[in-house]
Amino acid sequence: MSSIIKVSGPTVQASKMSDSFMYEVVRVGNEQLLGEIILMRGDVATIQVYEDTGGLKIGDPVKPLGELMSVELGPGLIGSIYDGIQRPLPVLALEWGDFIQKGATVHRLDPKRKWRFTPLVKDGDVVQTGTILGTVQETKRIAHKIMVPEKVSGKIKKIFSGELTIRDTVAILESGEKIKLAQKSNIREPRKTCGKLPHQVPMLTGQRVLDTLFPIAEGGTAIIPGGFGTGKTVLEQTIAKFADADVIVYVGCGERGNEMADVLHEFPELKDPRYGSSLMERTILIANTSNMPVAAREASIYTAISIAEYYRDMGYRVAVMADSTSRWAEALREISSRLEEMPGEEGYPPYLASRLGSFYERSGRVRCSGRPLDIGSITIIGAVSPPGGDFSEPVTQASMRMASTYWALDYDLAHQRHFPAINWLNSFSLSLSSLSSWYIENLDEHWVEMVADMNLILQRETELLEMVKIVGLDAMGESERIELEAGMIIREGFLRQSSYHETDAYCSMEKQRKLLSLQLFYVSSLRDALQNGLQLEEILDTPVKESVIRLKEVRDSEIDSGVEQIEAELKAYFRKRLGK
Amino acid sequence: MKDLLVREYRSIFTIKGPLIFLKDVSGAFLGDFVEIELDDELKYGQVIELSESFTVVQVFGTTGKISPGSTRVRFREEVVKIDLSPTMLGRIFSGGGKAIDGGEPIAPRVRRDVHGACVNPFRREPPRDFIQTGISVIDGMNTLVRGQKLPIFSGAGLPANEIVSQIIKNARVADKDEKFAIVFAGMGLTSREADFFIDSFRFSGALEHSVIFLNKADDAVIENLLTPRFALTTAEYFAFELGMQVLVILSDITHYCNALREVASSKDEVPGRRGYPGYMYTDLAGIYERAGRIKSLPGSITQLPILTMPDDDITHPIPDLTGYITEGQIVIDRALHRKGVFPPINVLPSLSRLMGKGIGAGRTREDHRQLSDQIYMCYAKGVEQRSVAAVIGEDGLTEIDRLYMKFADEFESGFIDQGIIDRGIIQTLEIGWRLLSIFPSSELVRINREIIEKYKNGKNNE
Repeated sequence: MSSIIKVSGPTVQASKMSDSFMYEVVRVGNEQLLGEIILMRGDVATIQVYEDTGGLKIGDPVKPLGELMSVELGPGLIGSIYDGIQRPLPVLALEWGDFIQKGATVHRLDPKRKWRFTPLVKDGDVVQTGTILGTVQETKRIAHKIMVPEKVSGKIKKIFSGELTIRDTVAILESGEKIKLAQKSNIREPRKTCGKLPHQVPMLTGQRVLDTLFPIAEGGTAIIPGGFGTGKTVLEQTIAKFADADVIVYVGCGERGNEMADVLHEFPELKDPRYGSSLMERTILIANTSNMPVAAREASIYTAISIAEYYRDMGYRVAVMADSTSRWAEALREISSRLEEMPGEEGYPPYLASRLGSFYERSGRVRCSGRPLDIGSITIIGAVSPPGGDFSEPVTQASMRMASTYWALDYDLAHQRHFPAINWLNSFSLSLSSLSSWYIENLDEHWVEMVADMNLILQRETELLEMVKIVGLDAMGESERIELEAGMIIREGFLRQSSYHETDAYCSMEKQRKLLSLQLFYVSSLRDALQNGLQLEEILDTPVKESVIRLKEVRDSEIDSGVEQIEAELKAYFRKRLGK
Repeated sequence: MKDLLVREYRSIFTIKGPLIFLKDVSGAFLGDFVEIELDDELKYGQVIELSESFTVVQVFGTTGKISPGSTRVRFREEVVKIDLSPTMLGRIFSGGGKAIDGGEPIAPRVRRDVHGACVNPFRREPPRDFIQTGISVIDGMNTLVRGQKLPIFSGAGLPANEIVSQIIKNARVADKDEKFAIVFAGMGLTSREADFFIDSFRFSGALEHSVIFLNKADDAVIENLLTPRFALTTAEYFAFELGMQVLVILSDITHYCNALREVASSKDEVPGRRGYPGYMYTDLAGIYERAGRIKSLPGSITQLPILTMPDDDITHPIPDLTGYITEGQIVIDRALHRKGVFPPINVLPSLSRLMGKGIGAGRTREDHRQLSDQIYMCYAKGVEQRSVAAVIGEDGLTEIDRLYMKFADEFESGFIDQGIIDRGIIQTLEIGWRLLSIFPSSELVRINREIIEKYKNGKNNE
């Protein structure tokens, strides 16, 4: 019988394992801890253990389970709160108490709950991988499509309907194969699709600096690098709340327990801004906090992306929020060093970049497997926590290569409490040009020029601020003073957005357009006034300056009247001054 | 007791730093508690790695006098545990859990594994109860809440200990009808530091509701690694079994991390950044994450770890990894200290992530968030103007920029600098409003008009 011959941190070695295979799931020790084989040499297997290895002895039994590390996929996923290996935390708490116990096993999906299954195919139909057999209304918003699993196809002998549990059969094929309501999927292997599509549609987040300056495409990837305290987690959570996606998978990977508690506490009470239902009706949370076992942290990212792919295959737009990918990379490093592998840069294993790459490449807008007319997407937004805020470190650099959008968080902005602290000079979006036609068609034909104007103002402000540092504000020319004022208006009135403010936290694209258009109008009015010979003091001190900055706090329904009022007041003010 | 089952071996074959390697051991498990018998002394240790050919034991204390030939090693077949009892309050223990205040040993009520278990995140209660420390920069700008872990980032020669001692004296952690306890873990402290803390516990009268664990700089390096675990297991007992509000002070995390590095290198591990082990994040998380609250239990654990930033470098791995785990940080500043400001806390790099939950109407006051955001902005701007003025002279600044500079000066002398006086939160907020009153209302863009109307110029002196 297989047994332990070495215990080292989160890894163990077991002998007499020659019948096992790579990535096989095993139970380790008398407490039956869950583990996965990650290295095989002769008949010795190295196993990463997903639970605390304290208490394991030489000679303890190891039991191979004959299957790969997988997730269970079926109705009931939405609204769930899992740990890194898909154990539902509320059920663990109910059955095992306030603390996580070793060897705790629970059902990943509720096996007793009945779901009403409505078939979409009939007896005799020919089906293949990805064909939708029928639907289950999982939440108000999500119709859960029951699909033919991978590597299965044939003619339907019998299709069932009515109230079924996840263990019940929904269809029997001519070959005798039974398809259940729930299926399993290997977490290390991407689910198949019928090919990727170009990025053409933005995934709107309701955050002005993102949607306007650095949009992320549906199916794209964004990374958020930032030192501690720059607001990565708040930004990830804000996007999870407001992003225009059908399903959100949020992974707290190696992060703070209290922060996760906050998400678990807050999300069920929050309303989806577009649909009015609870946010949990579209959200799956995966919480593997920093003090939970590192191997499970490594797995949590794959658990998340596999669940995301399943909903993508139904034709949904899924967003995966990973906070933080650096903790995942560190788990990789810790396990690698236990395997005594040759370390690469900063001690990370040399395969760090390829592992990160294959994770990010599981994003994309795709034609669904078996149904090429249906389109689903996965957008990945990964936070990166560079040590010392130094973006040249391996995880940031490797992630940057994979990302189509780069939102760099900045200490200086955070210290000034300018949030989101996204540095508008260093950040970029490679999707900008491919998305521009969407913005032009759906928002404003002049959108590209408007954004270019805004960028110009910000760029000019930065240059001028450098000069101010040397010669002082008083030495600046009048037109430069106007440009500095313009930069301030854009920064305070547009880029800065409070995620705690009732109306400002979410900003619709239409409101973004109106705000930007008003601010550009305001700036050009200032420039005109200077041309017309008005005194600088009078130009900088218009009666509407504060209203322009605070317009972002006004409700959508009152924006138009607000804009009208400001424009009228401003025109009247300048007319009066000039007429003097 | 299962003393009969204890297995004894004389098979040490290598001794290296704090580690001993034994062969032919059977039945030992990872984390197993070990007794090492010398002629005149009993040492303790813990199994940290196992294989068929050898067993690695980490010795608590020096490996002096341990000999491969004659030393007997007993495996207790249990993990490291601590005896706990309510009578620990008022007592002082060594980092290894032995009473060192001359009193009787503790009569144990319960015994607990010092490594603790991980709280199910679903069972955590988000922290949201305001703790008044009496220090304006903390209460007003970086508010501490119950269940938070908020480290103090200090530098060599800066008064972190004095600040903590003031917090020990004045902090209102528990409401009137609740019980309050302090657990102090001193790691690698010099005798001077240890005496300072013991004195401040004694003189403030806090000792009677405190438990102190002291691992001194000349004690065994591995005992250092156990000290915070003993302290936190004690804290968990008081908080989650006895229902008390517990404040845990850990000093100094830098010494702890250096001990961790020392042990890692004697195990020939691949070093990470600056020689610290790659798993230091996970190890520190195992300490810091033991702060918090649990749903439907009355108690709480709030942590105030102190660490010394080597060469005042906040990007050093110790403050860096700490900052990524803790819910903010309080940063002590050398320039302010030189100016004679006490407490010399720099608000710009300081942060309390849980502040938003603990303040506002019904907790502190409705204007708290906006006021503190505005002060942050004005101070950041004032400090920036200072460096501009250093280049071009104050005359080159506009009138409003000079106002910002003036604000920065007054904020440091009137708000941050409070000496050893205990300030209430309302008093702190009022000082903030008074300082902001030099600006025209149109400059206060981070505060709603209604709030400005209500509170500016001391209009709200209820």
